[in-house]
Amino acid sequence: MARNFGFLVLILSIIFVCEAAIFHPISESHRSAALEVFTPLDGSFGSLEEASEALRTFEILGIGNELNIRDSTCPSVVETLGSSSSSLKDLFYALRVNKLLKCEINEEIFAGIASRLKVSVHEANSLLDFYYSIGSLRLIKDQTSEVDAFLVDADGIFKSIKALSQSDGRWRYSSNNPASSTYAAGLALETLAGVVSLATSEIDQSLIGTLKNDIVKLFDSAEKYDDGAYYFDEKLVDAPEHQGPLSATSSVVRGLTAFATSTSESLDLPGAKVLGLAKFFLGIGIPGNAKDFYNQIDALACLESNRVSIPLILSLPATVLSLTRKDQLKVRVNTVLGSAAPSLSVKLKQAFSSGSKDASIIESQELKFDQENDVHFLDAWPKSVDVGNYVFVFEIVLQDSEHKKIYATGGRTKVPIYVTGVIKVDNAEIAVLDSDIGSIESQKKLDLARETALSLSANHLQKLRLSFQLTTPLGHPFKPHQAFLKLKHETKVEHIFVLGNSGKQFEITLDFLGLVEKFFYLSGRYDIQLTVGDAVMENSYLRELGHIELDLPEPPEKATRPPPQAVDPYLRYGPKAEITHIFRSPEKRPPQELSLAFLALVLLPFLGFLVGLLRLGVNLKNFPTSTVPATFAILFHVGIGAVLSLYVLFWLKLDLFTTLKALGFLGIFLMFVGHRTLSHLASTSAKLKSA
Amino acid sequence: MGKSSTTKDAQALFQSLRSAYSATPTNLKIIDLYVMFAVFTALIQVVYMAVVGSFPFNSFLSGVLSCVGTAVLAICLRIQVNKENKEFKDLPPERAFADFVLCNLVLHLVIMNFLG
Repeated sequence: MARNFGFLVLILSIIFVCEAAIFHPISESHRSAALEVFTPLDGSFGSLEEASEALRTFEILGIGNELNIRDSTCPSVVETLGSSSSSLKDLFYALRVNKLLKCEINEEIFAGIASRLKVSVHEANSLLDFYYSIGSLRLIKDQTSEVDAFLVDADGIFKSIKALSQSDGRWRYSSNNPASSTYAAGLALETLAGVVSLATSEIDQSLIGTLKNDIVKLFDSAEKYDDGAYYFDEKLVDAPEHQGPLSATSSVVRGLTAFATSTSESLDLPGAKVLGLAKFFLGIGIPGNAKDFYNQIDALACLESNRVSIPLILSLPATVLSLTRKDQLKVRVNTVLGSAAPSLSVKLKQAFSSGSKDASIIESQELKFDQENDVHFLDAWPKSVDVGNYVFVFEIVLQDSEHKKIYATGGRTKVPIYVTGVIKVDNAEIAVLDSDIGSIESQKKLDLARETALSLSANHLQKLRLSFQLTTPLGHPFKPHQAFLKLKHETKVEHIFVLGNSGKQFEITLDFLGLVEKFFYLSGRYDIQLTVGDAVMENSYLRELGHIELDLPEPPEKATRPPPQAVDPYLRYGPKAEITHIFRSPEKRPPQELSLAFLALVLLPFLGFLVGLLRLGVNLKNFPTSTVPATFAILFHVGIGAVLSLYVLFWLKLDLFTTLKALGFLGIFLMFVGHRTLSHLASTSAKLKSA
Repeated sequence: MGKSSTTKDAQALFQSLRSAYSATPTNLKIIDLYVMFAVFTALIQVVYMAVVGSFPFNSFLSGVLSCVGTAVLAICLRIQVNKENKEFKDLPPERAFADFVLCNLVLHLVIMNFLG
């Protein structure tokens, strides 16, 4: 029972932690999950797109060597790049895979693709065409320096892409599709960043200025969760190219960081929003499918090293701390992918009990930094922190003022903290009192730390008193969530009493005279059970104290009957008792020899009958000799034999109806031949007589 | 004296019975033999039941009743065939035999149904 209780406390604390939504940076669990989510079938992925996403994810997580698909994927990359009929999308993903795998590709092939792409950039009219062509050109530029991938008419291309933008910062996929999309905005930003980096001459500054406005407008449409996470979602949910919030947000993040990198412009985006985007990706946890996994990790990698502002994530290894074990309050600050933050200090600004929001119990103080483990810790618990639920408010202070422009710390971070401890139980006593004078009849000290087996007895004129004290490790009185006394009669009738407290002291007095009615006049043995429990109490317990023998008066005639006890759900819905089928045991049979002996014995009279017939000198002289009557006579005997055989068949396998049908025909036949035979015999004997 | 005279009387009685019976026509003797055969068969089955127990009771019943029924029918036949029986004087023995066969077939149909 006590173990169950501990388990309950654990579950409760886990629930609280989940609600608090503390964001943890990417860690080992993501790496091991990635190995499961991205599993190549027979050594290769279904498409180059999947392969490129897997390779990119593994590269970011630093486990690229685990994915051994070079031998199986390179041939299809070479084939796609070498074919002149490959679509722009296939070319783009083939180049992306090639960037990571570095397959052996001819310079001439690159040159051929580059010239083909340049033509398609000028002919393109949809955003995706621009995206794939420009993206491919950029990849070629990265992979080889020999080929000229630069765009001459960069301004013109920039303008034709910008023509697809909407006033609210979103983009359209093509000029004849009026629906605007956030996902498309991300793609467009990435494409434009590509155009900027491929331009042979400087892009017109006014164009870049309007684009910056678009980005700010786009960020105004970002939506917010209660825990501070920001994300982008599509306005039109039923559009055919609809993307979920995760891919839309990651597309925007990719576009934004690419644009910031290529233009070296400073974008004035609020740090809280950038941090909120990071929180959105981290709050997802570990996605179950490969696409989401890639979107999450790739977007976080973009945020990790972007030029706008780099989010710093404050996380706590443990939010349930034990006073008794003297757990230290530890705080970690990392970037989103878990790498070390620049030199900074963490301040504990405030701490208050989650019940009362106003009174801070801790002075503002700075946490010490442990260089070795990269954690900030509070070296000593303040005297004012007792067991209970608290909200701690932390603030990250960057030491270098230059860093304040680069990093987004998000101001103050509120973290719910659970301080647990072992509660001391003192002065536990149980006593039976005489009602009228209040004199103590029997009194016993209790040790609630271990099982006790009390044996008390009382009648309806007496009282039962139970009292104990609960104090926290710091000596304050403690009031647990649950403090119950349960009396359970032999017949499973239960009575639960809540223990009241006055200051430290918990006490309950049961006056049996007033409870006789409630106890349904049931005399006999009652088991006593005491429950004291709280989420922050490490030694919550549910203790069997023993039993009390109650002697209550006989029930009057109109006394209420005890209610029928609820059937145990485990009994009702659990497995039923197994039904064993009892078959009638076969009757005792006699030994086979005996039966056979009697069979022979039954045949004896028949033998006797035959012998007797011989002795009597029986003959067949009366059997007709002329042909026709003899035939009838034989048929008559055959008929009788047939009927008897039919009976045997009936006994062995036929049913009554078949038998009766056959018997009908046989009977008619038999009657006919019988009549002929017997009348012939009769006429012969009549002739004999007359002669 | 008295005892030997009883024995003698008994012997004389049997003697006269045998001589009287030997005058019975052969066909009646055949029927008597048949009746004896049926009755003994029934008796053996009853003994078997007494030894072993009456477990397949319907089988036992059909076996015994088959024999008893046959015996009864044979006796009826004997009554009808007996020439000295004036009551059935007009009835030809062939007709009696036909009755006997028919009754036997019906009886055994029932017996077979009951045999199980």
